Amino acid sequence: MTAPGVAERLTSLVGALRAHGMRIGTGETVDAAQAMAVLGLADRELLREALAATLLHGPAQRQVFDPVFDLYFPRGVGAPEAEHAGRDDLRDRLAAALAAQDLALMGQLAAEAVDGFGGYGTSPESDGWSSYQTLERIRPQTLFARVRDNVRARDGGSGFADRLLDDEIRRRIETFRRLVAAEARRRVAERRDRDELARRAVAPTADRVDFLYAGKDRLAELRRTVQPLARKLATRLAARRRRAARGSIDLRRTLRGSLSTGGVPMKPVLRRRRPMRPELVLLCDVSGSVSGFSDFTMLLVQALHDQFSKVRTFAFVNRIDEVTGFLAHGTADPEGLGAHIRSQATLTGWHESSDYGVALGEFAERYGDAVGPRTTVFVLGDARTNMSDPNLAAVRQVAERARRVYWLNPETRAQWGTGDSAALDYAGLVEMHECRNARQLGALVARLLPV
Amino acid sequence: MLFTSVDDVSARLAETGYLASPAVATTVFLADRLGKPLLVEGPAGVGKTELAKAVAEVADARLVRLQCYEGVDESRALYEWNHAKQLLRISAGRDETWDEARTDIFSEEFLLPRPLLTAIRGDDPKVLLIDETDKADVEVEGLLLEVLSDFQITVPELGTVTATRRPFVVLTSNASRELSEALRRRCLFLHIGFPEEELERRIVRLKVPALDETLAASVVRVVGALRAMDLRKVPSVAETIDWARTLLALGADTLDESVVRDTLGVLLKHQDDVLKAAAKLDLDAV
Repeated sequence: MTAPGVAERLTSLVGALRAHGMRIGTGETVDAAQAMAVLGLADRELLREALAATLLHGPAQRQVFDPVFDLYFPRGVGAPEAEHAGRDDLRDRLAAALAAQDLALMGQLAAEAVDGFGGYGTSPESDGWSSYQTLERIRPQTLFARVRDNVRARDGGSGFADRLLDDEIRRRIETFRRLVAAEARRRVAERRDRDELARRAVAPTADRVDFLYAGKDRLAELRRTVQPLARKLATRLAARRRRAARGSIDLRRTLRGSLSTGGVPMKPVLRRRRPMRPELVLLCDVSGSVSGFSDFTMLLVQALHDQFSKVRTFAFVNRIDEVTGFLAHGTADPEGLGAHIRSQATLTGWHESSDYGVALGEFAERYGDAVGPRTTVFVLGDARTNMSDPNLAAVRQVAERARRVYWLNPETRAQWGTGDSAALDYAGLVEMHECRNARQLGALVARLLPV
Repeated sequence: MLFTSVDDVSARLAETGYLASPAVATTVFLADRLGKPLLVEGPAGVGKTELAKAVAEVADARLVRLQCYEGVDESRALYEWNHAKQLLRISAGRDETWDEARTDIFSEEFLLPRPLLTAIRGDDPKVLLIDETDKADVEVEGLLLEVLSDFQITVPELGTVTATRRPFVVLTSNASRELSEALRRRCLFLHIGFPEEELERRIVRLKVPALDETLAASVVRVVGALRAMDLRKVPSVAETIDWARTLLALGADTLDESVVRDTLGVLLKHQDDVLKAAAKLDLDAV
């Protein structure tokens, strides 16, 4: 079978994947080892696909798997064989590779670039390889015009597809940047503890990223998962609705029916449910600190809008305004949604920081009729009131009128009530849930949404 | 063993008109070697079902297909007793004792095999395709577990039927529901995404051979650009091929604004997607 070193490497790869929250059993690890035995170790890309097929359970895990695989089964060891080339020479060859869309050559150039320009530090403890430094020196983005001229000169540069060229070149440059990052990680891994690096330096899957700390491109990545997630949740809601339609026992009518059998309830009578679609009201804090979270949730709920008879969305910072119109199906531009809402709606009064007390008070006053006995209210925000009055009376008023009120808080539970957070005060009145990432949100939405 | 190596898989699938990416070829090879079912996920129209058909053709095997839908149950998936025929048999043999009749009416003759049972009985090679597994209810997954891990089915009146020759099993899913971990564990997982530009060009050339080569390349580039946009439903390989056929039928030999604008409906299925794509591709600047 496989050599002992290989088996150990496979198990530590599995360990690193498990540290990223993937559930991989021993059975899968054995399958992976069998696959390795069948395929051999000659072709690295085949090995990658084989391990992915045996160990992974979903497409989202792939983007964690690939960098981890690169760490444990690196393309090569040590520095590339090629001679040290000058910066200009490297850029010339890179421009040619980008124009020809030659992936293999791009990978080779990435290795050379990191080797030549990415090293820093001199003592063995503090030195390393930096992709940032490499890219700063090589500046692949400045090759853009040259690559474009290059391609145009070759293809003649006419025709309809020519207008796509700019974006295509940008994507190729982006690919090169990723290759450089992977190569730098590999070189660092030769110096440091590989297991440690695999746990820390590889970004988690998008649905496990904290809303509060997610960068711009992670949020964009998240937005693309809205539609599939909504579809999944809709199926789950439909299943819950079907189960609920079978209903619970109607005690009064069961006992009434039992009179004909001498008081023995032979036949349970189920409560008839009137088919009605619940209404939903969303109150979203869209101030800078939590906007990533509320934007995502608004899009998700809007994508689920056909599950409800009515969805109304309100946004606030320290004043509240209705934004349902901005989210109307199909017209919403997911990218610019947050900015659009903040520029079009009246959300701030005298100052720019969020004030839950005033905003909730204004909601209870102006839009009180939006909440009725069939309405479920979701409040999205971190409950950080900037030291002003939390206005618990307004929340109590909304809670009394609504069917249910849930509060989704993107902060960890440990931070509730610290500093200017009024989370614990609000949590005393309404049900508050921690909702830090898309995975938690999905689970909560499936459980809490009314059917 | 159907295949000798990964390259053998690619080559023989290509003969049937299925161009496989290295990931697909590797996973198919492993599924064959390890004797495990293959769970294929991916967007609609990238050739998940086609893969099963191609493997069946290569292996010269019979394709047994179980189409899943909401409410599919044991009697649709495993087997059913032919009640009408059993009744006829009972009324035909009036003078029989009960014991004779009972052993007779629960025999092979009165069994209606459904896809899963069909796939594991008999010695001829078979490919079992369980299509759109995510559409079936959770209970059916439980049913599949016994079949997929041990390749056996228990019929209470007849005993356990075990496969003498394991079928090559392909399950497809559009991920509209999360399949259970238990099912996923028993399968090799393959995600078929949109193909690389070069592979897609070869697919278009293979499926629409009459199309001019440079036009095919432009077609693939435009589709690639559309996929990079933030659309509700991005075009799949099936749409690319449809579009190539449309262009061929229209007799267009190069792409220009008016041709693209008129045929964008072949690629995009939502009006707001069409508007968005038209704006991004500057189709209005004519």
